[in-house]
Amino acid sequence: MTDHTPVLRLEDIVKTFPGVRALDGVSFNVLPGEVHALMGENGAGKSTLMKVLGGILQPNEGRIFIEEEPTVMTTPVQAKAKGVVFIHQELSLADELTVAENIFLGELPLKSFGRVDWGTLYDDTNAILKQLNVGFDAKTRVGDLSIANQQMVEIARALTVDPKAVIFDEPTASLTDAEKVVLFDVISGLQSKGVGIIYISHRMEEIFKITDRISVLRDGQYRGTLNTRETNEEEVTHLMIGRKLDLSRNESHHELGDVALEVRGLSCGKLFQDVSFNVRRGEVLGFYGLVGAGRTEIAETLFGLRDPSAGQILLNGQEVRIKSPIEAIGHGISLVPEDRKGQGLVLGMNCRDNMTLPQVDDLTAGPFVSDGAEIAIFDQYRDKLDIRTPGWRQTVGNLSGGNQQKIVIGKWLSMRPEVLIVDEPTRGIDVGSKSEIHNLIRDLAAQGFAVIVISSEMPEVLHVSDRIVAMYSGRVMREFTSDEVTEDSLIQAISGITGDKVA
Amino acid sequence: MAELTKRGIGEVLAKQGILIAFVVFMIVFALANQRFIAIDNISGVIRSSAILGVMALGVTFVVIGGNLDLSVGSMMSFSTIVVLDLHDKIGPTLAIPAMFGLTMALGAFIGFLVGYLKLNSLIVTLGMLSAIHGLTLTWSGGQNMDIADKAGTWFSVFGQGRVAGVPVPILIFAGLAIVLSLVLSKTPFGRKVYAVGGNGKAATFSGIPRARIVFMTYLISSFCVACAGLLQASRSLGSQNTVGQGMELEVLAAVILGGASLLGGSGTIFKTVIGVLILGFIQNGLLLMGLAFYVQYVVTWLIIILAVWLDIAAKRGRFWSQIA
Repeated sequence: MTDHTPVLRLEDIVKTFPGVRALDGVSFNVLPGEVHALMGENGAGKSTLMKVLGGILQPNEGRIFIEEEPTVMTTPVQAKAKGVVFIHQELSLADELTVAENIFLGELPLKSFGRVDWGTLYDDTNAILKQLNVGFDAKTRVGDLSIANQQMVEIARALTVDPKAVIFDEPTASLTDAEKVVLFDVISGLQSKGVGIIYISHRMEEIFKITDRISVLRDGQYRGTLNTRETNEEEVTHLMIGRKLDLSRNESHHELGDVALEVRGLSCGKLFQDVSFNVRRGEVLGFYGLVGAGRTEIAETLFGLRDPSAGQILLNGQEVRIKSPIEAIGHGISLVPEDRKGQGLVLGMNCRDNMTLPQVDDLTAGPFVSDGAEIAIFDQYRDKLDIRTPGWRQTVGNLSGGNQQKIVIGKWLSMRPEVLIVDEPTRGIDVGSKSEIHNLIRDLAAQGFAVIVISSEMPEVLHVSDRIVAMYSGRVMREFTSDEVTEDSLIQAISGITGDKVA
Repeated sequence: MAELTKRGIGEVLAKQGILIAFVVFMIVFALANQRFIAIDNISGVIRSSAILGVMALGVTFVVIGGNLDLSVGSMMSFSTIVVLDLHDKIGPTLAIPAMFGLTMALGAFIGFLVGYLKLNSLIVTLGMLSAIHGLTLTWSGGQNMDIADKAGTWFSVFGQGRVAGVPVPILIFAGLAIVLSLVLSKTPFGRKVYAVGGNGKAATFSGIPRARIVFMTYLISSFCVACAGLLQASRSLGSQNTVGQGMELEVLAAVILGGASLLGGSGTIFKTVIGVLILGFIQNGLLLMGLAFYVQYVVTWLIIILAVWLDIAAKRGRFWSQIA
């Protein structure tokens, strides 16, 4: 591979913002036909680097070469014209337009008098779609497609030019396992055509499955490039965070208390049926399954956001009916929701106000909110959870994902819940903060909280849970203890292949 | 060091852009016409801004809560007509609470539609703008409403009276501004208004009763409208059916000029007051410069658009942007 000229080469890129050196002499190159992973914690400089590559930001120092030609790119359009194409993490498609219109938006083929040449448009689009091997055609309305297929449209957009380098930014964040397989096929297709690929992801399994080399950034500095085949997760993590990570199976067996929450035969329409389980004080109960298996919906039902159609919920042995989040909170149930930015936080509010939001009614002196009481709570949980922020006045939207998640967790811990439900606790969070949050969850159980963790990541479920409930298509397939669970049996259970059904 | 100072100035500009614009307007007008900064002129402007201002205070709650209220203008006409009509029928002592009750019932109805039924606030309040106008005409039979004995009623105290030399409308505006500012910035309720407007879903997930909070913002808005109607009726002791027509947009302009986001979740009472005063002083300044009142419409709105643009430009750090 090394005898090829790199499709893309960066040399000593420096980008400073007032007071910050966001990129500090970063150099690396991408060879044709290679998948090159770019890794680093949130804030390590990955997005800044990508913006420099995409022509959105100009570097203060350093040079960019495309096929050894020094290049300056000042706009995204220019970058694309030179063959550097982005597949963004967040989809930016117009739902009401067709696939073809979305792909060629802004560069529709024209006939005389500015009329759109629909024939050419659809032919060109179908030619691209054929390369991607997808099951929809040029005339499909984008809004009717699944998220995974919308992502394919986003990729198809990149193929309207002859790309030299394609950058994927967390492409699998919202994909199911089956959909990932299709994506990886597309990537290897590009690879075989000699396109260089930069692949940004937090997910180690993927990195090790599909990449050839891994470059690591830390605090804006280039920390080195590793050959994927000659390295392992530990070494990469070490480069990224400068220390080692504990990713072992959960084996702690402290005393478990009484059953805090029991669910019997709970159903909610077509979302989930006949779900039964219990969780004890001091225990972490993991829920594992594919996206859409009904796990989040169970959590939302327990939190009073959905009405169950059948079944019972018992708290400390007493049957309760929960009709709203306010009642759930009153019963001591707390939910750290799946969508941190959409459901967990008011991004424009400061750290303190976000944290005390559910209990602001109780923190009053006379008619007014008591500043002192609020700051005391914030300080307590900032120290307890090691939240890194310049102060409580900081707007939550400016914090890193890990610190944002800690604010949400702190918000619910400060309510002293009986049962804490955590939905996808580390989605979109970098490796270092991830393990901190895992430790935190274990600690909470050790302190006697009953904790339910919903996760789509197997290592995470295995790492934190005392017991694991495997779900498939709205039903509980099997329950495992941490001693008996194996990766194979877990995968079988969530794929709907029944072993012994223990519900 | 030089860079730091420059950045400091930029930040001040971004945060206090409107306040600075306000000062600049004042200086320009003062240079153009000496009379502009005379005490009695300033006091006059604040007094005539009070009605608009009182309404803007209430709408600030609605906007921070993430909704719009375009019904306040026609609701103010309704309050004015109702209180004038009832004044002669049941006497001012009963007319005032009756008018407050009726106006706030309208506010409660809008709050119910937008808060509990979750209907789009733009459509609901636009519809109510017409509906309430119809209600007002029905009440008055289309006739102007006048108090019979204008010289002999104490009712004129709200619009025309003075306490210790200060006009009562200014006192009411200032008093309401202080109370509502405390409610918004210091109470749990105020915090919840920001949360609901900032991210309604997150508010729900935090156990905040979103519907009730939205309902309350409309109730507060209608209370403020009732106060404005009282000031208007008491000042003129007679009124047309269309006295508040078009004020909904001026109110909204003042709130947005103050820097509240139309998307909800940000803004303060203090900033709204500044927005109201800017509007008042612009109109007064143009008047003193001898421009006809219909020219004012054009100039006022050009200045509003200019101010909003400068504010956004300061926040973005540039005058023009491809991405909002």
